[in-house]
Amino acid sequence: MPAPHAGLFVTCLVDLMRPSIGFAAARLIEAAGCMVVVPDRQTCCGQPAYNSGDRATAKALALQTIRAFADCEYVVAPSGSCAAMLKVHYPRLVSGEPDLEAEARAFAAKVHELCTFLADIRPIADVPGRYDGRVTYHDACSGLRELSIKSAPRRLLAKVPGLKLAEMPEPEACCGFGGLFAEKYADISNAIVTRKTDNAATAEASLVLAGDLGCLMNMAGKLTRTGRPLACRHIAEVLAGELTDPPIGHSAVSAP
Amino acid sequence: MKPDTAQFRENAAAAIADPRLQSALAKLPGGLVAQRRAAVTALPEFEALRDEARAIRDATLANLATHLEAFEAKATAMGSHVHWATDADEARQTISNICNTANARLVIKGKSMVTEEIGLNAYLQNSGIEVVESDLGEYIIQKRGEAPSHIIAPAIHLTEADVEADFRSYHTHLDRDRELGTPERLVAEARAVLREKFLNADVGITGANFLISETGSSIIVTNEGNGDLTQILPRIHIVVATIDKVVPTLDEAMTLLRVLARSATGQDMTAYTTLATGPRRADDLDGPTKCHIVLIDNGRTEMLASDMREALRCIRCGACMNHCPVYNAIGGHAYGWVYPGPIGAVLTPALLGITETRHLPNASTFCGACESVCPVKIPLVSLMRTWRERAHNQGPRTRGARILAKLWSAAATRPALYHLLARFAVAIAGALGRAKGRFRRLPIARGWLKHRDLPAPQGRTFQQLWKEAERGVPR
Ligand code: SF4
Repeated sequence: MPAPHAGLFVTCLVDLMRPSIGFAAARLIEAAGCMVVVPDRQTCCGQPAYNSGDRATAKALALQTIRAFADCEYVVAPSGSCAAMLKVHYPRLVSGEPDLEAEARAFAAKVHELCTFLADIRPIADVPGRYDGRVTYHDACSGLRELSIKSAPRRLLAKVPGLKLAEMPEPEACCGFGGLFAEKYADISNAIVTRKTDNAATAEASLVLAGDLGCLMNMAGKLTRTGRPLACRHIAEVLAGELTDPPIGHSAVSAP
Repeated sequence: MKPDTAQFRENAAAAIADPRLQSALAKLPGGLVAQRRAAVTALPEFEALRDEARAIRDATLANLATHLEAFEAKATAMGSHVHWATDADEARQTISNICNTANARLVIKGKSMVTEEIGLNAYLQNSGIEVVESDLGEYIIQKRGEAPSHIIAPAIHLTEADVEADFRSYHTHLDRDRELGTPERLVAEARAVLREKFLNADVGITGANFLISETGSSIIVTNEGNGDLTQILPRIHIVVATIDKVVPTLDEAMTLLRVLARSATGQDMTAYTTLATGPRRADDLDGPTKCHIVLIDNGRTEMLASDMREALRCIRCGACMNHCPVYNAIGGHAYGWVYPGPIGAVLTPALLGITETRHLPNASTFCGACESVCPVKIPLVSLMRTWRERAHNQGPRTRGARILAKLWSAAATRPALYHLLARFAVAIAGALGRAKGRFRRLPIARGWLKHRDLPAPQGRTFQQLWKEAERGVPR
């Protein structure tokens, strides 16, 4: 039987900021027995527009994305928040237009967040990565509350040789990112990320992991600004063993 | 209360910079949040109860007019006078007329958010009536000249030390060296002071957690018993409630009370659940001789007919604010009007208009914690997003913001162009940020960079690298 085609929904942040996460995700999807394809008609899931009240742009991006992945059996995203946009919100964006709604629903059924995909949809027995040390995990909000992503990342981390997961207090508390919120309401966002990084620090881990690059950039930016010896990586990097690039917000020289 | 919602950003910044407020807010996670968690864990059927509560509210709202008429008929039959008020002004006048007709000099009040909404206290006081709040939290903030900062814990922005200091300065007739250092002593002192007010009050005004159609009763829940005294001791009792408070049967009200208490304070049941059904009857030992019920619309009918209808399911438990990271960071006053937190961010624009309140639904990370605890499952995030759409359709806040958003959407909907622009932008930013791996200062993203660094991009886009890899170029 030929390997099913899994389209990688790269997410705009991974595409622009940290392609190494995309390669890590691709490696993991291959490990799950799929053939990875990366449609180049994809850009952004549309959340920045959707959450700013610009429904028209969000809808245009939804249709663009749905059609870009028409030939894929699965659509996998290394982000709970983008996956929730594709899976939960696209059908809502076209509700009231029966043909489009059917198309969006069929698409939504193919969409999976990366950890869920690897843990439950095409379960992998082993992961390629290895990590000798303690990590702590942040449950990013959309994935947690819209897609119930809670145990999947932890079950996958348990497969990483050498890795010890140390939970932080309030792992489910928001990090304060919220997309444009972090820029528009910077002081409030700062109060929230301060609490989050304080909590993360008490886990005495060397790495904070999460499944969403937006949250990770927010936490990493706060940790480097406050000079904390705690680095951030996407969970896919650790699972895939793609650790050659320095952690988020660090260079080869500045890595903690 | 005069809205101050347009100053949200400034108010929030001041709240964050206020160490006294921050130390009061720091008690929330270990307080109301932990209490709710314990109560919910102890009740396996809590999820099912939430669905039941939601269904009760939806069914009632679907036939609101019928249930209100039934309530009016029954309440009237039980001897109450029912008044209808379309807006805040009519409500204030109705209540004030009742007080004036009775020659009232002193009004004692139980906790009620709707009387805050209609600005009742100031109105009555301006007409020469003394108004005293009897709920401990409300009493404290009334003395301080403040508005409630939370819908069930109005003085949650204060610490015990604040309250002790306040009591020492207000209650000057008491012994200066008295012990006052525990919550019990503070409560006892407030009780003693209020007792005299209760006995002398002409009118008692309470809100209603629910109005029961089948019995014509109003229900209030309190933990101090002040509500009971407010509606029993004065000769006149006025119930003030918005029209969405009606519930068809006592049974249904009990289901709502079960989720209300657990969601609010983590109690199985509040200490006092008090029903009031009309004035004193011939063989009653106590109770008011007259009972009035003022039913206020003030925008609810409009909400009912709009896409904000689901917000009317709210039973005012406060859980959404207790679990909100934004509320936890800034407290209730920063929201600038009566209802703070996520429900406030939905309700306030509906009642005051979106123009002056656009910050409220925008100032959310959309983390969804509110929805996940709301006992009647109001989709607070979706409703806030709907307000964002309204605000967006009214036009952007600044021209710069509009141009940036337009450019972004023009590019994002043209993949080839987008990938080309992305390559350029990322190449430049990657080169600039290579040494440190992050930016500390930039001419853009000033809000972000005020408090944290911006991680630099790795230098090439994934799309570019993937294409190269497909052609066999090593990364
Ligand atoms: S919106 Fe829900 S959680 Fe918030 S106060 Fe109302 S009932 Fe409680």
